[in-house]
Amino acid sequence: MTESYVIEFKNILKRFGKVVANKNVNLSIKKGEVHAIVGENGAGKSTLMKTLYGLYQPDEGEIFINGEKIENHSPNNAIKHRIGMVHQHFMLAKPLTVSENVILGMENASGIRLNLKEADSRIKKLSDEFNLSIDPRKKIEDLSVGENQRVEIIKVLYRGAEILILDEPTAVLTPQEVKEFFKVIKSLVAQGKTVIIITHKLDEVMEISDRITVMRQGETVGSLASKNTTPQEIAKMMVGREVLLRVEKNDAVKGEEVISVRNLSVRKNKETLALDSVSFQICAGEILGIAGVEGNGQTELIESIMNLNSDKIASGEIKFLNADITSVSTFERLERGISHIPEDRHKRGLVLEYSISDNLILGQQHLFSSNGFLKQNAINRHSDERISSFDIRPADKKVASKGLSGGNQQKVIIAREFNRDFKLLIAAQPTRGVDIGAIEFIHKQILKARDNNKACLLISAELSEILSLSDRIAVLYKGKIVKILDSKKTSEDELGMLMTGAEK
Amino acid sequence: MNDGKKKLLIEILTPIFAVALALLVSDILILLYKESPLKVYKILLEGTIFNPYGIGQVIFKTTPLILVGLSVAFAFRTGLFNIGAEGQLYLGAFAAALTGAYLPAGTPFIITVILCILSGFLAGFIAGFIPGILKAKLGSHEVINTIMLNFIIMALVNYLVVTYFKVPETLHTKDIIENAKLTRLYEYFPVFKGSASNISFFLSLLACLAVYIVLWKTKFGYELRAVGFNPSAAETAGVNVKKLITLSMAISGGLAGIVGINFVLGYKYYFEEGFSSGLGFMGIAVALLGKNHPGGVIAAALLFGILSQGGLVINSVVPKELVDILQAVVIIFVVAASSEVRRLLFKSAK
Repeated sequence: MTESYVIEFKNILKRFGKVVANKNVNLSIKKGEVHAIVGENGAGKSTLMKTLYGLYQPDEGEIFINGEKIENHSPNNAIKHRIGMVHQHFMLAKPLTVSENVILGMENASGIRLNLKEADSRIKKLSDEFNLSIDPRKKIEDLSVGENQRVEIIKVLYRGAEILILDEPTAVLTPQEVKEFFKVIKSLVAQGKTVIIITHKLDEVMEISDRITVMRQGETVGSLASKNTTPQEIAKMMVGREVLLRVEKNDAVKGEEVISVRNLSVRKNKETLALDSVSFQICAGEILGIAGVEGNGQTELIESIMNLNSDKIASGEIKFLNADITSVSTFERLERGISHIPEDRHKRGLVLEYSISDNLILGQQHLFSSNGFLKQNAINRHSDERISSFDIRPADKKVASKGLSGGNQQKVIIAREFNRDFKLLIAAQPTRGVDIGAIEFIHKQILKARDNNKACLLISAELSEILSLSDRIAVLYKGKIVKILDSKKTSEDELGMLMTGAEK
Repeated sequence: MNDGKKKLLIEILTPIFAVALALLVSDILILLYKESPLKVYKILLEGTIFNPYGIGQVIFKTTPLILVGLSVAFAFRTGLFNIGAEGQLYLGAFAAALTGAYLPAGTPFIITVILCILSGFLAGFIAGFIPGILKAKLGSHEVINTIMLNFIIMALVNYLVVTYFKVPETLHTKDIIENAKLTRLYEYFPVFKGSASNISFFLSLLACLAVYIVLWKTKFGYELRAVGFNPSAAETAGVNVKKLITLSMAISGGLAGIVGINFVLGYKYYFEEGFSSGLGFMGIAVALLGKNHPGGVIAAALLFGILSQGGLVINSVVPKELVDILQAVVIIFVVAASSEVRRLLFKSAK
């Protein structure tokens, strides 16, 4: 062996019943590298990782760890070989402290008392060593999302992991937290750890990884050195065809004012405001992007426009098509021509237990009923038409929506909202957790709406999305609009500065 | 087999499997009592579904269970846990009994019966409306409020009965008029002679059909179920969630309100203190076992109806409490262990 591989997969095949989740999977991880595994949703990344962690047994193929052939791989075996996994969804007990969470399951008890002091000092040491800046005495509920993630990393390090598997680690982080997180990764590698990252965010992959393995339809398509490749090349390998990563758009043809928000203030709690006298207006044929770190008032802004938080609005006026809608019901607002792609599709966008067909009429059920009875034939025709126009998969209207991939769930929402005769589109996090092919599709739809003379309000945590789609960009910081900029005359750097409250 | 059919099969098999497991547990209990399980089950079945009188009695016991199960299931579909059926049915029965007793003696049968049912429904509707509106407007939890309302309603009704409406020396109201009395089934099917089963059984089946149509075929039902699954999504889609929560709870109460028709108009012909004896809570079990579906509710109510009548029949051999235990074990297996049952089913299917 010329190079030392810590992990090697050879021709792994994994079946679930008739479905082949992984086949021809070949993977070699070098010691001390950051290795990214990329692929669209459903490409088999998670299965591969679970196999690596011993949660699944491969049906065929060989696994080598540190050159040693592994039979009967199991999580215990993984821990023995110092492999640790950080899941996408944190598994922490909120009311407990960092130390209590870290030692959970491996309490070093003397008698009936926990020896927390020793844990505290070990965690402090780990935190210093890897620049994690975590206070072991703090409670989880008082920590930010980024800090929660670092606690998960500490948990794994505390158990002596040398190889860390991180599943979609940046999915929940803000741009600032991503930067912090990358520093952590770098210090982990600097101390000789090996890091495996599963993700579908290409820009991040390029920035942080040494090598990249691309997966498509359950197979590994190839491994590349990050410095010798481009996002375009990886995207092509992932999707299997050329993908437009940059959005091409025409100049905006501005029309009449569609919505104007004036001095809108929304209470967060008794003392503080979530939105503080926010004013803006959007014209037909333009996209206004809202840039900002999540939690700076975006949610409250959407809720106010849709009347989902009427008890929290402190003051302000919202005009839609020159009529004051401040005290108009959600139903009436939708009817007057507002389409809404909610930021959290599981919470607000879909009834997951409902079929695709039932979700495609949600909010429009009155258009599909007469005398109070649902018109099943009309609903079926509508579903078939929407499913084929928006390429929703599986193309089966009876399937429960919770079984769809994130991208297809989002397509269901877009297909439904575009069915309204809308004048204003509110698109909040329209491509969150959605694969590249679907992102391209969704971006095209939003631009098509704009070119059809609709007004669009785009809210996104992805700065690149805001920059490429918007005509104007409003930066939201601590509930205030800091500045409204022309998207052609600004940059990611300038926005990043404004988003964190730094004055130029 | 496609996924939908497979899911349906599991939905149906789970409760059946749970009942089978529960029978196994009761076998052990019967053996501990030094009796033969086979003998006990034979007596139970012979006394219920294998003789006409038994069938009549099973129908009589099943009727209120269907309605009360339907009431709980309806609220469940909107995501509401109605523990208040006990109070709602108490108030409804009281209202129906008073209407039946104080209408002019000459009122025609159809009108009397309709008025009695309506007054029961309305009384239950109001009893359900209160926790409904409290939930919608103030967000206070319906479980607490319905439990508390049970105490209030039962105390209030008992006070009214004892103080104003009782027939001296008894704890019941005066008899309803002749034209309010429901026809017994034996008048059509003489084999049921002696059984109190009456035409309110058909009322309960009709109510199931109506609830099925409302929930799955109407816009109102579509919205109710959407609220039950995901109130935030329903709200975002412009559905008036607060109104639907209030209405759903009230309709659930209304359905509970007609549970007592079977007893008041079909059996005793008066309202009696304490007649409900926990029916409202049995309703929760029926709804759970019936998977909150009208068809399932009928099947579950029938099972509990058989067990309830069966308890009286086997009393000669083993204590009737054994059947109470059997019922409880069925519920535990269905509710607490249904995921376990599913796992076993999947395993054996492989």
